[in-house]
Amino acid sequence: MEPTESAPATSNITVRRGEPLVVVKDVNKNFGDLHVLKNINTVVTRGEVVVVIGPSGSGKSTLCRAINRLETIDSGSITIDGQALPAEGKALARLRADVGMVFQSFNLFAHKTVLDNVTLGPIKVRGLSRAAAEEKAMALLERVGVANQAHKMPAQLSGGQQQRVAIARALAMNPKVILLDEPTSALDPEMINEVLEVMIDLANDGMTMIVVTHEMGFARKAANRVIFMADGEIIEETTPEHFFTDPQTDRAKDFLSKLITH
Amino acid sequence: MDTLFNNLDLFALGFQNTLLLFAVSAVFALGIGIVVGAMRVSPVPVMRAFGTLYVNLVRNTPLTLLMFFFAFGYPKLHLVQLPYTTLAIIALSIYTATYVAEVLRSGFNTVPTGQAEAARAIGLPFAQTMTLVIMPQAFRAVIPPMMSVFIALLKNTTVAAGFSVAEAGAIRANLSERGEPAIVVLLWVALFFVILVGVLSVLQRYLERRWKVLR
Repeated sequence: MEPTESAPATSNITVRRGEPLVVVKDVNKNFGDLHVLKNINTVVTRGEVVVVIGPSGSGKSTLCRAINRLETIDSGSITIDGQALPAEGKALARLRADVGMVFQSFNLFAHKTVLDNVTLGPIKVRGLSRAAAEEKAMALLERVGVANQAHKMPAQLSGGQQQRVAIARALAMNPKVILLDEPTSALDPEMINEVLEVMIDLANDGMTMIVVTHEMGFARKAANRVIFMADGEIIEETTPEHFFTDPQTDRAKDFLSKLITH
Repeated sequence: MDTLFNNLDLFALGFQNTLLLFAVSAVFALGIGIVVGAMRVSPVPVMRAFGTLYVNLVRNTPLTLLMFFFAFGYPKLHLVQLPYTTLAIIALSIYTATYVAEVLRSGFNTVPTGQAEAARAIGLPFAQTMTLVIMPQAFRAVIPPMMSVFIALLKNTTVAAGFSVAEAGAIRANLSERGEPAIVVLLWVALFFVILVGVLSVLQRYLERRWKVLR
């Protein structure tokens, strides 16, 4: 891949693109008898946008959550920017600060205003002054198009607006990579696009993203690579163009045919 | 009325001690309870185990036995000698803390797990996740049961009377020596307790209203 000239506005990437950023190696996880992740191996490089797709129960969300250790793994290793995921504690908190996460159900802090949601991390974790954090937060809220809602409580916003705030909250930490776990699955159809537009903008800006989604439009427009998972395994891993037009396995063909008919 | 006004000194002293026991124990119980309650939901197994052990051990011990231990057992250990009032406060605090911890834990459970996950995802360590995100949202739900715990604490202070602490529960015994009719004295003591509990109930209503507007 080509080296980029300068760091994108929203990320603290100072090194060249194309270097491995998230390395998942021989990862296994069981929920009781259920083997949800089977020998997962993949590498996400700096600036890359990876879409993880697959039927429900395929382990894609678990994989996404394992990358910032919201789920523990039974064996194998996950490293972020060369650093292995530490055990629970201060080191893990520090590492999570560099990994943004956007959830299906938004998970905005219900007792804080939109602005306070975005400034909490920068103030408490990064040690920014309130004024600096608010200035930055307003710029981010402006960017995702909800600056005029800054002083409202999350419950007063639509789902699409809440999810955009959640993206701004993740960006406020200057993460090295952002994980998006089905960011549009809980949204009404007319709100999906406003969130996708923000995500596409982010991808174009060079942010490293791992996105669990069924939005093929996003995958086609913004992704560098598609990972297709089923039954806890990575079945296919290729470019979006190749995956959607010429899937290699029956499992993927079957899955795609169901997506299209709905 | 005479019973009250002729012995105002004893009533005053008794309730003063009751309030002292209550206030100091409430502060310590709340402090210990918050720490133990947080331990019980900690991601670190050792912390969880300790919290569970503490709650189950102390909560399953009758308060009278706990008082016995501190009033008679503790001095035999020949550590720092403490006045009975202090020992009573220790016993009441560590006893009430178990209830505080459990009430808090039920409150933590009312906060969706996504809130904690989001807090951890922006890099907040466990303690800040609890104090900045979980607890502010949990307090609202725990005010009614928490007040019940504190009302129970207020009444539990009378157990200390059995161990030479001159609080409200001891008024009757002392007044009997002065020849006052026991039933009248008890009614007065009960009335004062009702008033004190009433104050706590007003506080509860105030807190409930205050935390409600937060959302």
